Amino acid sequence: MKIYVCVKHVPDTAANIKTVGANGFDDANCKFIINPYDEYAIEQAVRLTESQGGEAVVVTVGKAAAMATLRSALAMGPQRGILVTIPDQFLDSDITSQALKAAIEKDGKPDLIFTGKGAVDTEGFQTAYRLAEAMQLPVVNEILKMELRDGKAVVEREIGGGSREVLEVALPCVLGATKGLNEPRYPKFPDIMKAKKKEVKQLTLADLGLSAAAAQTELVQLEKVPDRTAAKVLPGPVREAVRELVRILKQDEKVI
Amino acid sequence: MATIGVVIETESGRVKETNFGVVTAARGGGANTVLAILLDGSAEEAKAALSPYGVHKIVPLSAAGADLTQSPDLRARALAAAVEPLGLKVLLGLATAPGRDLFARLAAYLKLPLASDCVSVDIAAQTVRKSHFSGKTIATLRLKSNVMLCALRPNAVEAAPAPASPEIAPLAVTVQDPGRVRVLEVKQAPGGKIDLAEANVIITGGRPIGAADNYKILEECARVLGGAVGASRAAVDAGFAPHSMQVGQTGKTVSPKLYIGCGLSGSVQHFAGMKTSKVIVAINTDKDAPIFEKSDYGIIGDLFEVLPALTEALKESQK
Repeated sequence: MKIYVCVKHVPDTAANIKTVGANGFDDANCKFIINPYDEYAIEQAVRLTESQGGEAVVVTVGKAAAMATLRSALAMGPQRGILVTIPDQFLDSDITSQALKAAIEKDGKPDLIFTGKGAVDTEGFQTAYRLAEAMQLPVVNEILKMELRDGKAVVEREIGGGSREVLEVALPCVLGATKGLNEPRYPKFPDIMKAKKKEVKQLTLADLGLSAAAAQTELVQLEKVPDRTAAKVLPGPVREAVRELVRILKQDEKVI
Repeated sequence: MATIGVVIETESGRVKETNFGVVTAARGGGANTVLAILLDGSAEEAKAALSPYGVHKIVPLSAAGADLTQSPDLRARALAAAVEPLGLKVLLGLATAPGRDLFARLAAYLKLPLASDCVSVDIAAQTVRKSHFSGKTIATLRLKSNVMLCALRPNAVEAAPAPASPEIAPLAVTVQDPGRVRVLEVKQAPGGKIDLAEANVIITGGRPIGAADNYKILEECARVLGGAVGASRAAVDAGFAPHSMQVGQTGKTVSPKLYIGCGLSGSVQHFAGMKTSKVIVAINTDKDAPIFEKSDYGIIGDLFEVLPALTEALKESQK
């Protein structure tokens, strides 16, 4: 099988984000990681190629610094990578999906494409769908279970309140992974060393005939959300504290 | 005056309460005409549920010869076909699991920009506000298109009444099912629990809960409040709760009126999933736990002692 895995280079979820100007942030002094949901996608692709043969190829659209993230992804097992470099962390999801499509089609013919369910930086939850539509492929996002059956993928996704939907999808298709699908492996030192030597093709948006100027969404402003200040701790024995809490929630906050 | 469509979500045929906030956002302070678009459920019941919130028209949408429940692609294509005949300038909905999926399919199909999981929308300015970087920042996005698509985080916009008497105006569209995705089965969760993402009150138990069975202490309290029970990542990873209960970075993003965290440390990743809650209460034995730095109210104590006492106090207050 030929499997492509789309991986995004994102700030560590624990990193402090320092905003710069009206709509930027200080990415030079910020630790970046593989988008956490993409780890489930990489793991699934690697497991499938391990059991069925073939190769897994990581595709990343990101700044030049995303090379480090791509190498971390390769350390989890995929054979090679493609990096499409862009000048800024933020790129319209429509153009990102066109870049992914062009990079994949230039490289080969996919049997399966995996993504994470969404990226933790811009939280747009739509690139997988746009990629699928652009390639005229079916898509299911937020899958937490999958198997291949008679040349089709049978997947499960949560639809709220703990209920799940089981869907059958024709191959090739785009599948968005979420927690529960598998347990991503931690690369060992030799895997990390090996990943440094794996082939990575480098392209730019212009190489693919695309431009960021066509974006239909504009990031007007990026503001820090202030944390709450220290909690008002309700003193006294438990019985008194909970009574006071109930009074506050009812009378002052009016939330119950 | 713009015409705004709101995709109404139902649960077992009943209009979910979280729709009312979306309808309120659609009204834009009374400037807009609001159409409630139904993909399932009874139009009469929807009319009864939605008329107190200022809906001008109820539009049950159907596709000739197609069962919209059979494929998410089909639902998206039916909605896409309705945008033009209804003259929609904006289409709003809920950013629940099915809502996010529907809007993303629709946006991809129509090649329109989409803002998902927004906390507010300014229809006149064509802008939205939504989280970037796990709740650490809020982004204002402008959607540069003729039709604006926006899915709102449940409970993010508070519902405000504005009584109206909507007419029911069904719309039938023609769609082609590409037949590439098919629903084989829906596995209903036992007991018809309130969806975490839509609950008004959430009580979450962390690692100190110690065993799956102990969640019943939280459930009892949640029952009195009409709320739902959540779990931290540590508790899910320890096998005490299923992933469907997880709140935070790799779990659900919630925005209830009241969030009670029991035995939580208060990690950045957990706060990413609940920091837009209106009131946050922390219960922890450790007075130095970081969660006390980021909550509204705190009780220092053992959850096994505090929760039953809280349940009792709540019951008393309801007498």
